[in-house]
Amino acid sequence: MTAVVPSPELTEPVEPPPSARKPKRNWTPWVLLAPGLLWLVVFFLVPIFTSVSASVQTGDYDDGFKLTWHWANYSQALTDYGVQYLHSGIYSVLCTVFCLALGYPVAYFIAFKGGKYKSLLMALVIVPSFTSFLIRTIAWKTILADNGPVVQFLNDAHVLKLTSALGWTVGNHVLASPAAVVCGMVYNFLPFTILPLYTSLEKIDPRLHEAGHDLYCSPFTTWRRVTLPLSMPGVIGGTLLTFIPAIGDYINAQLLGNPNTGVVGQKIEDLFLRNTQGYPVGSAISVVMMVGTLVLVMSYIRKAGTEDLI
Amino acid sequence: MSSNDVLGRTEGGDLRLAGLTKRYGSFTAVDDLDLTVPQGSFFALLGASGCGKTTTLRMVSGLEEPTAGRIFLGDQDVTDRKPYRRPVNTVFQNYALFPHLDIYENVAFGLRRRGVKDVKKPVTDMLDLVELGHLAKRKPGQLSGGQQQRIALARALINQPQVLLLDEPLGALDLKLRRQMQIELKRIQLEVGLTFVHVTHDQEEAMTMADTIAVMNAGRIEQMGSPAELYENPSTTFVANFLGQSNLLTGTVEGVDGDVVTVTAHGQRLTLDAARCPVRSGAVILGVRPEKVHLARTGAEIPAGHNRLTGGTVVDTSFIGVSTQYLVTLATGEEVSVFEQNTGREIQRPGTEVVVHWDPSQGFGLEGGQDIEAGAADIEEDAA
Ligand SMILES: Nc1ncnc2c1ncn2[C@@H]1O[C@H](COP(=O)(O)OP(=O)(O)OP(=O)(O)O)[C@@H](O)[C@H]1O
Ligand SMILES: [Mg+2]
Repeated sequence: MTAVVPSPELTEPVEPPPSARKPKRNWTPWVLLAPGLLWLVVFFLVPIFTSVSASVQTGDYDDGFKLTWHWANYSQALTDYGVQYLHSGIYSVLCTVFCLALGYPVAYFIAFKGGKYKSLLMALVIVPSFTSFLIRTIAWKTILADNGPVVQFLNDAHVLKLTSALGWTVGNHVLASPAAVVCGMVYNFLPFTILPLYTSLEKIDPRLHEAGHDLYCSPFTTWRRVTLPLSMPGVIGGTLLTFIPAIGDYINAQLLGNPNTGVVGQKIEDLFLRNTQGYPVGSAISVVMMVGTLVLVMSYIRKAGTEDLI
Repeated sequence: MSSNDVLGRTEGGDLRLAGLTKRYGSFTAVDDLDLTVPQGSFFALLGASGCGKTTTLRMVSGLEEPTAGRIFLGDQDVTDRKPYRRPVNTVFQNYALFPHLDIYENVAFGLRRRGVKDVKKPVTDMLDLVELGHLAKRKPGQLSGGQQQRIALARALINQPQVLLLDEPLGALDLKLRRQMQIELKRIQLEVGLTFVHVTHDQEEAMTMADTIAVMNAGRIEQMGSPAELYENPSTTFVANFLGQSNLLTGTVEGVDGDVVTVTAHGQRLTLDAARCPVRSGAVILGVRPEKVHLARTGAEIPAGHNRLTGGTVVDTSFIGVSTQYLVTLATGEEVSVFEQNTGREIQRPGTEVVVHWDPSQGFGLEGGQDIEAGAADIEEDAA
């Protein structure tokens, strides 16, 4: 970030002339903030503004769109895509829950039992992310392939009969099913859960565990009463960092799902890229998703803040 | 309380360690420790840094597994019992208060885990006992070191454990608060009648508080006894130097006549009480505490029967007020320190030629062949 530090020549011209007799203003913070602010304006505020404005326009790709305050776009966005909202919601919540269930023990183990291998183990958690998201997702097509060991085993163990009856898998296959979508999501987002969890667990003084044992706590009670409450910042951070990208994700649904696992992201993509009149409704759905996610996240944080979650 | 049975409390529960040993690899931190702490007593474990005090406590509390040996509470062997199933609580060297809980909940923690329903009264009483009732709603991070220390004490004490282990709980306090807490701790111990095992490397603290002191050195117990016993009759040079200060002179036993042992040291004839000297022949170390030694100008009259070392020169005089501390060098090069009470006597300037003398019954004898500097360096470290 050293490049942002302004050189004296850069700050001098913006200083008011001495004759102005105003108290000397310090422009340094503004100069430092400028690139970030500019970034936010161009890539955050402007797109939000265009999305919101597009969501109440009408028209089509050839004749252009006009701002007609066509609020009906919203009723269409809210009523026609119920299944997709539901799928996005269910998959992302499941993904977050599984990531937490899988990630917490991993983070706990690395933080408290990792010893001198801590950094190495954390590197191993992150290293897979250096490969492209797409490639990693496509790799799951191989892992869950019909003649692969996973599906063979699940078939032999008659697990797929049960899961297919529940609608999680389809027939003898895992691929192209809700289960495959959630598997892919969990795999892709797991590091986002583990990192903040590890950071907050690592900060806990192991001597507090000893104090717990000394005060009549079994190992489980010690975890429940001491470790878990102290790691809540990591739990909240990890679940948010997983849930927010997960609810917008559609690559996993597209590559590992079937036509019945459609999520909101896929619909938005369709409306924008494959429908000449789709911009307004697509934008309306985006706005609904943004507001919906924001409300969910805010109420989650508020609840977490009052320690209701533990 | 019914929970007492869960924790296996027993009547007449002395704490007994039998052959307790802890090795880390090839390093022996605690070496074949045998000791009994009578129920209801205030027991101090005194020793220099790294001598194995914390390790011993951790084995008693169950946080560390002994390499060998057994731990008994009353007639029960608790060696293999998990820490949370022992009627033992610890005040940790670093407090280890739970940062996410307020003071009230920290103190209530043990009771709640044992399923005690009504914790309000015991917790309030305990907070009053440590005089921090007004801070009940604060988090540990908002307390001073001394206050945290008292909360750590309250959090352990409220469980009325059979044995309370205190690991240098006063280490972080300034001198004034430390003295205040020492008195407080002693008062609480007498009031609740629990067994306290108090670890410290402050000899004064151990002496003022404990019924029994065990002096530890390199994983072993060097000597155990009441503070007065240890001070008056140390059995090793380490104890003589570690607990207070001692003048130690190497010599040879010349003969025993009734209850008088005659010794030559540095070419001078000295006598010792036979009752205070375990050596009957050969090499001996003669010790005498600085406050029992007197100074006289060469040529001045010396009480009859006193041991005397002649040919001394005062090399340092420090007037402290209540007493004057002298350092005297003998002709043979040995140094003798003398603490003379301020009773209005003349103060001897450095350079004065003097005779040091003391009542023979005030000296003590030790087995010869020991390092006469053992344990002494630690005192200087503490003073520094
Ligand atoms: N986990 C461990 N592994 C290896 N050596 C250890 C371990 N714990 C303690 N020791 C060693 O055992 C010895 C005794 O340690 P202990 O903590 O009991 O000392 P202490 O008497 O409490 O000292 P202090 O007064 O400084 O607290 C020390 O030399 C220490 O280095
Ligand atoms: Mg210690």
